[in-house]
Amino acid sequence: MSTVVLLLVTGLGLGALYFLVASGLSLIYGLMGVLNFAHGSFLTFAAFLGWETARALGADTWGALGVALLVGAAAGAIVAAGTELLLIRRLYERHIEQVLVTVGLALASVALFDGIWGTDPQFIRGPAWLAETTEILGARIPNNRFLLIAVAVVVLLLIVLFLRFTRYGLIIRAGVENRSMVTALGIDVRRAFTVVFAIGGAAAGIGGVLASHYFGYVSPQLGGSLLIFAFIVTVIGGLGSLPGAAVASVVVAVLQQFANFYLGGTGDLVVVLLLAVVLLVRPRGLFGRAA
Amino acid sequence: MSTPVLSVRGLAASIGHQPVVEHVDLEVQPGSVTAILGRNGAGKTSTIKGILGLIARTAGEVELAGERIDGLATHRIVQRGVGYVPEDREVFASLTVAENLRLAERDASPRRELVAELFPDIIARQAQRAGTLSGGQQQMVSLARALLNENRILLIDEPTKGLAPKLVTEVAEALARAAEVVPILLVEQNLQVAKHLAQSVVVIAGGRSVHAGPASEFFADEDRVERLLGVHGEAHA
Repeated sequence: MSTVVLLLVTGLGLGALYFLVASGLSLIYGLMGVLNFAHGSFLTFAAFLGWETARALGADTWGALGVALLVGAAAGAIVAAGTELLLIRRLYERHIEQVLVTVGLALASVALFDGIWGTDPQFIRGPAWLAETTEILGARIPNNRFLLIAVAVVVLLLIVLFLRFTRYGLIIRAGVENRSMVTALGIDVRRAFTVVFAIGGAAAGIGGVLASHYFGYVSPQLGGSLLIFAFIVTVIGGLGSLPGAAVASVVVAVLQQFANFYLGGTGDLVVVLLLAVVLLVRPRGLFGRAA
Repeated sequence: MSTPVLSVRGLAASIGHQPVVEHVDLEVQPGSVTAILGRNGAGKTSTIKGILGLIARTAGEVELAGERIDGLATHRIVQRGVGYVPEDREVFASLTVAENLRLAERDASPRRELVAELFPDIIARQAQRAGTLSGGQQQMVSLARALLNENRILLIDEPTKGLAPKLVTEVAEALARAAEVVPILLVEQNLQVAKHLAQSVVVIAGGRSVHAGPASEFFADEDRVERLLGVHGEAHA
């Protein structure tokens, strides 16, 4: 029983990370049709800045972690918005060029991070409580999982509230459904594009800071490794669906944990098989709309 | 004659590399309804989309009350007072009726009273998702979105398409009321509706305007109606 609880909560924590990355990817694809391969770079950059901030303020305090999360969110938002304004805006409806530019940016940013922070992982410290465990039904759960889950739930709620109760949220929800009709109502939908990139970048930035606590280090490859699973989550959940991203994040991460433990470390393989099954049975994903 | 609300000269437009409008001239006078008529695939909807910049314009001039708008992006054209009611309604299915209307509001004082007066049925369904409305109700939402703002002209594309006869009558009545407050450029396959509403007609064939003139003269010449549209003037196309 304790093993099941441990795997479940650890899976939820990992799912929280996947969601923080996948939510932005999904919204960006849903509204703009852009597959953003540079999304992992936003995460890595924010993780490094968060780490530097926490180091400067005293890495083992809650205040430093809080400021690191804010800095990570701001860094992710600014870099993502800048990417949209400077690179992506010229390439809407040009999908091949989008892929080339975002893949190129991802590769170049890893080289840049290597140059600035080195290729070795930078091991991090945080508040002591995060490194401790809490016993639940006999399972000793690392406390950082609770933080990940709590922050992901807060981010999900904030995004939902933004989408439901703000004018930009209304424009984004309408734009995901029919972008050209939003334009035909006299709305400059490109501003919403920048806002969505910034929101996605902020979520990824928060994910970057938290990922460094989940794994215990930050490295130039951090974003790239999470991005692969975030893409899988986005496809399984349904491109453009925020609830889909949330549900698929939990399903993928929990399945991955259980398969790793009970099926001899085959978690990644099982996730890819799940992706194949979803694409065969329900190509638009769990919550995606029919084309 | 006063300055036309909308003047289109030599409009050409394409989708991808495929020309869909080759040379269209038309004018809409203040306080009037001009109907664009033509056979299926003639280029009527593409003309509307070309005016709005929803498809690529490749030649021609478009003026709104004497001011060139053909170099502007779609949202800028709409902001200058061009309301659009698309073919197939294109309401946002996952949004509620109220959200569809709120999204369309551009003016500081949107004409909610007019919309409530014209479309009481949809106002009563504000909390309902637009995708669950009937085709006629969705058409009302689409018309209401365009009427909420003080537009200089409405471009309305096949508003009665696919509707039951009773709903066609309701939509035609709503259009007649709308025409009292704003000029309309109307694409309409239903000749009875076009005849009822329009003061002028433009006939498009093969992406070109081939006839323009008063609606009464056009519909009086049944041979011409049959030759240009392939239907009898009294029939529904």
